[in-house]
Amino acid sequence: MKRVRLAAILFLIVVAAGCLLADVAAPASYAHQFRDLPDAAPSRQHLLGTDDLGRDRFSRLLYGTRVSLLLAPAAALLASVLAAVIGGAAGFLGGWLESAVMASTDLFLSLPWLFLLITVRALLPLNVSPLASVTITFALLGCLGWAGAARVICADARRLCGSDMVLLARASGASGFRLLWRHIVPNLKPVLAAQFWISVPVFVLTEANLGILGLGVAEPLPSWGSLLRELESFSAFSAQPWQLAPLVLLVLTVSCFHLVFKKQELWT
Amino acid sequence: MRKLGKLAARLLLVLGLGGFLGATLVRLAPGFGVDEEELDSRLSEGSMRALRQSNAASGSLAGFYIHYLSRLAHGDLGESQALNEPVRQLLAERFPETLKSVVLGLALGWAAGLSLAMLAVMSRMGVVDLAASLLASVLLCIPAAVLALLFVVAQAPGRLVLGLIVFPKIFHYARNLLAQSAALPHVLTARAKGLGSVRVLLRHILPVAAPQLLALAGVSVSLAFATAIPVEVLCDLPGIGQLAWKAALGRDLALLVNLTMIVTLVTLTANSAAELAAQPPRGGQA
Repeated sequence: MKRVRLAAILFLIVVAAGCLLADVAAPASYAHQFRDLPDAAPSRQHLLGTDDLGRDRFSRLLYGTRVSLLLAPAAALLASVLAAVIGGAAGFLGGWLESAVMASTDLFLSLPWLFLLITVRALLPLNVSPLASVTITFALLGCLGWAGAARVICADARRLCGSDMVLLARASGASGFRLLWRHIVPNLKPVLAAQFWISVPVFVLTEANLGILGLGVAEPLPSWGSLLRELESFSAFSAQPWQLAPLVLLVLTVSCFHLVFKKQELWT
Repeated sequence: MRKLGKLAARLLLVLGLGGFLGATLVRLAPGFGVDEEELDSRLSEGSMRALRQSNAASGSLAGFYIHYLSRLAHGDLGESQALNEPVRQLLAERFPETLKSVVLGLALGWAAGLSLAMLAVMSRMGVVDLAASLLASVLLCIPAAVLALLFVVAQAPGRLVLGLIVFPKIFHYARNLLAQSAALPHVLTARAKGLGSVRVLLRHILPVAAPQLLALAGVSVSLAFATAIPVEVLCDLPGIGQLAWKAALGRDLALLVNLTMIVTLVTLTANSAAELAAQPPRGGQA
């Protein structure tokens, strides 16, 4: 199991390095069109061929991976920060605030996410730029994904508040912000980190679903979701197995996230 | 009874809040209050002014909200701008289709997930556990939309995708829960006394795990409804998921807001029912 985890970590490092070095490793820009070569098969010049607009698939895969793998953690960070603030405050202060937060998290957890996301997405102006669309998509994911993590953090903060360590700190005269900042928050860090890493693959998959439906990142900026839209051309699908490259990469990356962070999940 | 009252109050609160948020979204959406008739060049200046005045009748947000809620109370959900049909009629046509998919998906997901979890825990064979866990883990890593596309390519019924999305969640949760219950001292004693596997499972393990499994039922309803969107769009099933997607592409916020509210209400009711069912009977063990 240790070897499998090590292999998963190595794979994630290679993927992260590949997408971070996209500017150097990609043979062309993600939007550059080779107009005389639409739907080309893989060659030395185009490792995964070109799409129907003549854009190099390998380059788009590298840039798309960069978008998904940079912004999904950003959304997870936003969700974790919101969860830490809301859940931490509820667990620390208790009383009616804790009841209200618990009721809100129950509500958020029972909301059908995808319905909410497409509702808010439909509110955006039509002329939104690709960069704005990608930022808004992942910001929405972050803002809607805090509830599960907040529950866990609230429970942990409540447990810490009743611990001997905090009792001793109180007896020594620590209270309010100092107690929270010096004694509770540092002990919440492992739970927060676990919640962060659990959220990343969830957001990657949600963006992929939105992208396939045409409600994710706007063209020509690629993401895993928008790259997977190519799979809609079923007839070409069997003749061009290299179109499956984004799917294979997505499944492998999400699997590796699950493998690497499974242990952390168990700790929570 | 008190619990039931609390749950009903929560549902009403959600409906009120959802209605307010929905009304705000519709009111603030770009293009609100602009009628297509204003593009008609044959209209005089006076007619235009009259048209704008009639559209601005419920201009303030509070006025708009009161108007929206009073219509909602009378069962009038408004008209879809994108499809030019009453929302109520669209829902009546499409909701049964989604309900069919969701029920089938939930039945399939729960049957497969729970039976494989029971098999993995009771057989105590590493191979069964590994194979089932591997299958569930792979399914967890594939987006629902991709599964739907693969089903279209294979010409398989798209509704089954909902079951495949629900299955891994149920399996992982049920497997861990049953494994915990199977390790309890009273179960070990029952085994040591020579009770058969089926009897131990039905009499000693399942009753302990049942309340938490029931709590998961509500969450799985929400998951199935969310999955219905990509599945219905890609498999061309005329349900409310497809309707929501069409509304999103046509920027039909009135329809989208109503759809979200109704699905939220259904999932909240399912959650509340699961919560009530998971409550121990009065005087029973916690």
